[in-house]
Amino acid sequence: MPEPAPIEIRGLCKSYGELVAVDDVDLTVEAGDVFGYLGPNGAGKTTSLRMMLGLIGPSAGTVRLFGRDPQASVRALEGVAGFVEAPSFYPYLSGRTNLDLFAALDGGGAKERIGEALEIVGLSHRAKDRVGTYSHGMRQRLGIAAALLRAPRLLLLDEPATGLDPGGMRDMRDLIRDLSGQGMTVLLSSHLLTEVEELCNRVAIVREGRVAYQGSLAELRRQAGSGYLLRTTDDERARQIAEAQAGIGEVKMGAESGLTFSAESESAVGALSLALAESGALALELSPRHATLEDLFFRLTEGEDAEAAARPDRALEGAA
Amino acid sequence: MNPGVLTVYRWELRKLRSQKRTYLGLGAAALVPIIFVVALATRGGGPNDVAFGRYVHDTGLAIPLVLLLFGSVWMFPLITALVAGDIVASEDRNDTLKSILTRSVERHQIFAGKILATFTYAVLAIAVTGAVSLTAGILASGFNSIVSLSGTRISATEGLGLVGASLLVYLIPIVAIACIGLLFSTLFRNSAAAIVGTLMFSLLVQLIGILPGFEGLGPYLLSTQFNAWQGLLRSPIDWAPIVRALWVCALYGFPALIAAGLIFLRRDVAGD
Repeated sequence: MPEPAPIEIRGLCKSYGELVAVDDVDLTVEAGDVFGYLGPNGAGKTTSLRMMLGLIGPSAGTVRLFGRDPQASVRALEGVAGFVEAPSFYPYLSGRTNLDLFAALDGGGAKERIGEALEIVGLSHRAKDRVGTYSHGMRQRLGIAAALLRAPRLLLLDEPATGLDPGGMRDMRDLIRDLSGQGMTVLLSSHLLTEVEELCNRVAIVREGRVAYQGSLAELRRQAGSGYLLRTTDDERARQIAEAQAGIGEVKMGAESGLTFSAESESAVGALSLALAESGALALELSPRHATLEDLFFRLTEGEDAEAAARPDRALEGAA
Repeated sequence: MNPGVLTVYRWELRKLRSQKRTYLGLGAAALVPIIFVVALATRGGGPNDVAFGRYVHDTGLAIPLVLLLFGSVWMFPLITALVAGDIVASEDRNDTLKSILTRSVERHQIFAGKILATFTYAVLAIAVTGAVSLTAGILASGFNSIVSLSGTRISATEGLGLVGASLLVYLIPIVAIACIGLLFSTLFRNSAAAIVGTLMFSLLVQLIGILPGFEGLGPYLLSTQFNAWQGLLRSPIDWAPIVRALWVCALYGFPALIAAGLIFLRRDVAGD
């Protein structure tokens, strides 16, 4: 029998009175994924993570980590580690003593892993200092070390690069990449799109508590469509021709000049090019235009697609 | 072996050892008896209007007993509240609940460890006061026999045992105060509010005790139970106030502890 998915969430809801923080979220994170959990501030990412870790109870729905219910017992968190919002420690204890404490609460071989975890995050030299004297970046790294004590198979990280300087962000990305390379499944909540684009193979984009998209980054880009940018000597004429051309769609005038369109195939683009030349609207620029994750993110969280995503019957295809 | 209540308890004690408020409380528990004895030695006289007050220059055994009387007004409730009111709320202040609740111990084990650590601190505070006041008292007034509340003379050795037993009986209302402090700490999630709330509760109960028209409530007030130890200093020993202290304090302490536990077990750790 195959092992259950590291994360399987069905119909998850969390309400605070009238406010719906998480709204009917379904999510599946498969083993080996580096899964980006994306959304603007207040979209319900952290609330979802807290429910995954059993810190808050859902109003409805279920969370299963490797098939176990974190609401029932902390035993469900076996092989699971991470942090929500900034990792937190006892500021009057040293970094090492904080890890000693967590290792004691973890049991097993956690205590033996302290030295190695400190080495991995590069904090061995400051381990004896009180955490109250640590910088934000050092606390983030200590948070990772605290997570590694549990020898996790699933790592839940909430905005791990927030507040880090560029060097710290690079180090954090390298660390996550290394951990993923060792076979760890990672769920990375973030609003840093470049970070997600660089690290993740699958993403979920949430907006106002709902999942607007869930799937692979490649699929998301495919769905968003590879468009084309066209500038001609007569853009208005070019628009009329493009709209009439078979295989060409979504023709839109650019804000200042040129127009964008989508094409069913490259041959349709070739045919359009020929038609433009014949009409006298000579092409000055015709280039493929790939949507970045940022484009897609804003489309799903702010644009027309977001409105569609907010209505369950019209959510983007591919949203699981 | 899986971690459990004892692991949490050990680490709660470790955390207490690293916090200033612990030493503030224990320091007060040690310092007040010394100040009291120095004041008695330098100024003469004594608190003749309280039980055993007239014997403070005759025997050091009277010193801890007088301090138990004075300390019940605010000192011991405050010292107890310093830790009881903080032990859960400090986790909220440091936002560390999410860190410890996602390890391998259950919430009820975390809470049980905190209860044990709170009680340990309360016991330690009373023990420190007892030890320091006895030592200072004996140095200042000697290790002599003491006259019981019934007027019979008790040997110094027997008196020492009774002082020890009195400290133990004094722990009964202290533990009830600790339970109330734990409730406020869990409920308010704010150390200052919980500490002040616990002290205010203690003072309010004392106020009710002296208000005209409420005399009938006296035996059932928490403040009255701070005098239960006096039953030990009668001949023969009067167990009635001690037995009453046990169930009255249980009536205050258990509901508070159960309420605190339910809140702790069911609350959302949402970081707000």
